[in-house]
Amino acid sequence: MENAKIKALDFNFYYGAHHVLKNVSAEVIANKVTGIIGPSGCGKSTFLRSINRMNDVISDVKVEGKILLDGKNIYDPEMDVVDIRRQVGMVFQKSNPFPKSIFDNVAYGLRINGIKDKYFIQERVEKSLKDAALWGEVKDRLQKNAFELSGGQQQRLCIARTLAVEPEILLMDEPASALDPTATLKIEELIHQLKSKYTIIIVTHNMQQAARISDYTAFFMLGELVEYDLTSMIFTNPSKKITEDYITGRFG
Amino acid sequence: MKKRQLQEILGFNLLRVCMVLVLLTLAFILYDIISKGAGKISWEFLTAMPRNGMKEGGILPAIVGTVLVTVITAILSIPFGMGAAIYLNEYAKDNNLTRLIRMSIRNLSGVPSIVYGLFGVILFVQAMNIGTCVLSAGLTLGLMTLPWTITASEEALKNVPNSFREGALALGATKWQAIRTNVLPYAISGMLTGTILGLSRAAGETAPILFTGAAFYLPFLPRSLFDQFMALPYHLYIMSTQHHAITQVRPIAYGTALVLITAVFAMNLFATILRYRLRKTKME
Amino acid sequence: MQRHFDEELKELNQEILKMGILAEESIQRSVEALKNRDKKMAEAVINEDARVDQLELDIDEKCIDLIARYQPIAGDLRFIAIGMKLNAELERIADIAVDIAQRVLEIADKPQLKPLIDIPKLTTIAQNMVKMSVDAFLKKDVKLAKEVILSDSDADQLRNLIQRELIEDYMAKDGSTAHRAIQYLLVARFLERICDHATNIAEDVIYMVHAEVVRHHPEKL
Repeated sequence: MENAKIKALDFNFYYGAHHVLKNVSAEVIANKVTGIIGPSGCGKSTFLRSINRMNDVISDVKVEGKILLDGKNIYDPEMDVVDIRRQVGMVFQKSNPFPKSIFDNVAYGLRINGIKDKYFIQERVEKSLKDAALWGEVKDRLQKNAFELSGGQQQRLCIARTLAVEPEILLMDEPASALDPTATLKIEELIHQLKSKYTIIIVTHNMQQAARISDYTAFFMLGELVEYDLTSMIFTNPSKKITEDYITGRFG
Repeated sequence: MKKRQLQEILGFNLLRVCMVLVLLTLAFILYDIISKGAGKISWEFLTAMPRNGMKEGGILPAIVGTVLVTVITAILSIPFGMGAAIYLNEYAKDNNLTRLIRMSIRNLSGVPSIVYGLFGVILFVQAMNIGTCVLSAGLTLGLMTLPWTITASEEALKNVPNSFREGALALGATKWQAIRTNVLPYAISGMLTGTILGLSRAAGETAPILFTGAAFYLPFLPRSLFDQFMALPYHLYIMSTQHHAITQVRPIAYGTALVLITAVFAMNLFATILRYRLRKTKME
Repeated sequence: MQRHFDEELKELNQEILKMGILAEESIQRSVEALKNRDKKMAEAVINEDARVDQLELDIDEKCIDLIARYQPIAGDLRFIAIGMKLNAELERIADIAVDIAQRVLEIADKPQLKPLIDIPKLTTIAQNMVKMSVDAFLKKDVKLAKEVILSDSDADQLRNLIQRELIEDYMAKDGSTAHRAIQYLLVARFLERICDHATNIAEDVIYMVHAEVVRHHPEKL
């Protein structure tokens, strides 16, 4: 495929004796939204978290194969996991603002990366909040605690926080699963706007959501990548029967 | 239906009686100490040396001794306890060794204090040859409070949602950055609360200092950490059981008891206020 | 709130508009060829139908894709569903233009039966109805759609007129004109059919806008 930003090559993931991901090979295209769907426990979140090595946090895991980011294997022992995570931002299922002010939340990533220039931080915070379509709602209360925001606003704040460190890739782990329909739509619109600048991979339980927002869709089952194609193909004419059974709700 | 209601009322009242009994006991103790000790409290009692075979004068050396020992206890148990807790909760892998260590720590907090006293004598007084003094006693009490401090600190760390750590890591923070900037600020008051409760318990302990540095009668203040000292709980013990004129010094014993429990209550109150403030700024 | 789905719908709108323009052009050019006995133009109409067919497939695919990906409901659903029907009607209209062009090939080499007056009139009506019905769809304009439906009877009358004239003035009097007269008769019938398709579109537009069924219920107009 053209312009692959991420390539998984025969990627295997073990959690203890449990073989979570089995020989996953896939290419993620730059500046597109790639949706990952599949029943619970199919390994879709594990795959997502393998791309910024968030799984390193868990003990007793083993990895085989490669995940190439711009051609470089992120599991190469010489790669600095901190650098990878700066390049590959992540938005979590449950919005997780820090118990700080709205401003400090967005500035957090900049400050831990050693940026001290106040003017620079201010500008970047404003830009990130604008890109996350939140600026208008919070610009008059940047010093207020982030917990005062609504659920949907909190999630957009987390997106802004991730954007502030200027990653190239955005991983989203069911970013709207805890939100009401209106807030969900806002997040979806935001994702659509963000794809011109970022390569986005989104895990979702909500098949309709994957259909709406993603350009490519990957269907995982029992740790295997069953089908991976243009979203319009997957949702109108999947090549495998099991994919069709899943997306039409015949099982799972 | 009838029977169930009856059971409910009966059970409920039984529990109520239990609670009232406990409260009554506590109230009685407090009443006893305050009524008999309050009369003794005066500026002189708090600031003078004991005189005339401890039958007269104040308890200043005991107050100073207890404060000094508690400070040393704090110096040992706060950094080591918190450090160990951070290691156990944030860094140690969740394997059998970690579990064994954690279990041992829990068990250590149940070891009788007299055992710590003996251990202190062997380790600090004899093996390290520090002698019976403020330092030995403080270190012994420090050892005794460590399991408390570690356990309480670990609980405080566990209460910080994992999403704070993951969120920071995902933004490119190192592990230590994540802990320092996004975990400790929210755990520190909880950690301190537990630690202070541990210290307040240490301040009231007699057994561990009995062999390690507390003196029977010293009408002057310790000049260095290597001097013996008087301490409130030990002083109280002597005044109520060992003194040759027990009935005569009884008011002094009550006064000492009142000072000691006031100090301990003050520390507990401080811990409670800290915890309250933690709840107020609590996340979610 | 802004939806990027709306952009997709706008694209669909554009393609349907294009389809309408192509169908309309085919009608006009086929009748033009008939008037001028222009075989070349007739052939061009026949050949260019492939473009319309391709566009029909594209629009269908787009609609299916939109339904699969956005699960449209209410107004969005009616728009896409009616868009698909419109697509089929317009393709059929273009096919009828091809039929007219084929009649042209039949009679272009034969002497002119009569000067054409009413057929161009009917063509104008048909063309207008197609244009108006597509416009009504794009603008969600119920008034315009109703106008289309009402002008269908004009088309019927005009066709009857043409039919009567061809039968009574030519075929009944001179059997040798029958072949050519039948071609004109067919063209008149084709044009009237185009008007019927336009009427269908108009009825669908009313359903799309108001979710009200006027088809087979003329009293509701």
